[in-house]
Amino acid sequence: MQALVIAAHGSHLNPDASDPTYAHADTVRETGAFDEVREAFWKEEPHFREVIRTLESDEVFVVPLFISEGYFTEQVIPRELRLEEWDPEKWDSDGTSASQVTLEAEDVGKTIHYCGPVGTHDAMTDVIVQRAESVTGDPDVGDGVGLAVVGHGTERNENSAKAIEYHTERIREMDRFDEAKALFMDEEPEVDDVTDYFETEDIVVVPLFIADGYHTQEDIPEDMGLTEDYRLGWDVPSDVDGHRIWYAGAVGTEGLMADVILERAADAGADIGDAVESVREAASLETGADPEPSAEPGD
Amino acid sequence: MTATPASVEALLETVDDGAVAFDGFRVERAADDYALETPDEEWTGLAADDLADALEPLSDYVTNWRYWQRSVGGEGTARRAFLRWCERAPLEVEEVGDEETDAYPSVDDPLSVPERYDALRDGLDREWGQLCITARLVDDADDDPAGERVYDLWHVDDAGSDLADLEVYDDPRDAREIATYDGDGRYRPLKTAPTLPSGWAFTGLSGGELVETVEFFYPATVANWHRELRGTLDVDHWTKTAERQTGIYDVLDEMPREGVEWMAEACCVDSQCLRRREWEFDEDDELDVDGGDGPFPCREPCSLVVAAARKWTILESEQERTYELELTASEYNQLAELIDAVAEGRTDEIREADVNDGANRYRARYLRAKRFDEEGNLEAKRIDD
Ligand code: SF4
Repeated sequence: MQALVIAAHGSHLNPDASDPTYAHADTVRETGAFDEVREAFWKEEPHFREVIRTLESDEVFVVPLFISEGYFTEQVIPRELRLEEWDPEKWDSDGTSASQVTLEAEDVGKTIHYCGPVGTHDAMTDVIVQRAESVTGDPDVGDGVGLAVVGHGTERNENSAKAIEYHTERIREMDRFDEAKALFMDEEPEVDDVTDYFETEDIVVVPLFIADGYHTQEDIPEDMGLTEDYRLGWDVPSDVDGHRIWYAGAVGTEGLMADVILERAADAGADIGDAVESVREAASLETGADPEPSAEPGD
Repeated sequence: MTATPASVEALLETVDDGAVAFDGFRVERAADDYALETPDEEWTGLAADDLADALEPLSDYVTNWRYWQRSVGGEGTARRAFLRWCERAPLEVEEVGDEETDAYPSVDDPLSVPERYDALRDGLDREWGQLCITARLVDDADDDPAGERVYDLWHVDDAGSDLADLEVYDDPRDAREIATYDGDGRYRPLKTAPTLPSGWAFTGLSGGELVETVEFFYPATVANWHRELRGTLDVDHWTKTAERQTGIYDVLDEMPREGVEWMAEACCVDSQCLRRREWEFDEDDELDVDGGDGPFPCREPCSLVVAAARKWTILESEQERTYELELTASEYNQLAELIDAVAEGRTDEIREADVNDGANRYRARYLRAKRFDEEGNLEAKRIDD
């Protein structure tokens, strides 16, 4: 038997924070690739501390639903899962290349395949592109369009910026969009000045965040000048300084994220059959069928 | 009701591979005949043809064996133990730890197979926190295999309600949504807070689905209950939990001991949480506050308590000061009433015109108008030593 645990942050204050985790877990459940699928959280229940003991499977794949390697993936999750032998060195990562390490959870004696975060997996690049497709409603979006990947950015965790830059570079190499830029909330180049960085009239802005919340639904839209007050909402696209901004909201809510979770587990040795194909198929149907023309805060 | 051929056939096949012994029922194969035993009766020297006939009136034992050994399976798992608990079957729990357990809230008066079948025909109710679980035999007697159980689940407050008046679900995942908000639509970050809303029912769940649904309502409670039963519940006391913290929670080990007492009294009592606090200040240093009578063991401070403890640790690092403020005796009492009303979550219940209650909104607004200054602060003078 094999189990999948999706490890996410969650919130004591905002019930929506865990929605993407539940949605992706359900998508994976429906593929039937795992005997058991569990959501686990730092701020909600089941907590990281207790999740492994709720499983009957002996092989457990833990995929952190986080954007970057750093405090949560390197310290908090392994510690709370009681992965005694854990050491960040075992990932042998340059900040974006963690794949997996196999350890034992001390309290339950099960084999844990502890995977790198979803945010740094190569498949995440496709999710960002898919997000651009779904927000514009155009499966061929790219020509004449600039793409901004937005991250938190912080002095404290250099890996956070690395993940953003990593995907931006990969998108640039695809040669699909006229321009691709990494922008940040807390460091240069800043998302506030998004229009300064693009020649193209159309700019798709995709925040590399797991869940929609304060940053993606309040800060970023206001900072970019999409709206005076987030409570009033904004149009997609919105006109700002002669550009059309297609603001996508958190990439983590994109259906294709389930695919990244599966890829992480498969890289760690999980037997997932054709689950990836079925998720991809479902995600592309979703995009073709119903593009979202506008976003309301709190959606 | 007779045992369906399928159940009997499966049993016969198993007996040919070795004895069947389950829940007081025993079938054994000797050289060329069979022995059969229930708690009330015994047969020996049964020829193969006679065995099937002898089993016919024992269909409850046969289907009971089939349900547990074939449908449920999972010997030694928490899931199986929980389902056994649901129908008051003997728990088959092997105590592996060295700690004596009082096996709470386990097998109060285990029932024999015939007793259980009688009860299951009417539906057998159990309470798990604010959940009421009914185990029953599948309604449709033509269903093969017979003896299959299904489970219904609702709020204890709805036990007397008509199903037609409840929102009916059959997908365990719907429990996530129900458990997210309380009756007033407020977010419930603590799943074991005694604020689960009522008005819903899950019907016809399989055993696996029931456990999944219960896990969405009360995560990890089944696993920890099972560990407690077996004497392997691993408790992390306050100091251990506090020392483990990093980042912004690194300060937790500076929380004074009495602060931990106040915190347990504030958060971990029955009125606030259905878990029974098993963690203490330290392994041989018990807190004075009682852990409560909650049905589920709490094995370490939860994330909500850890987050609140950070705030209290910071607040407790402040120095005490002396303030001088002008209040009438009634106003002084009113402050106490206000704090109490908020702490008990009573403010919503205070009637608009009940000015006798110190926590009445108009009384509070009057006090604010009278005693607060222009900046909205309580007028008081700090007297430094
Ligand atoms: S720490 Fe206290 S409030 Fe938290 S789950 Fe345990 S008993 Fe309940």
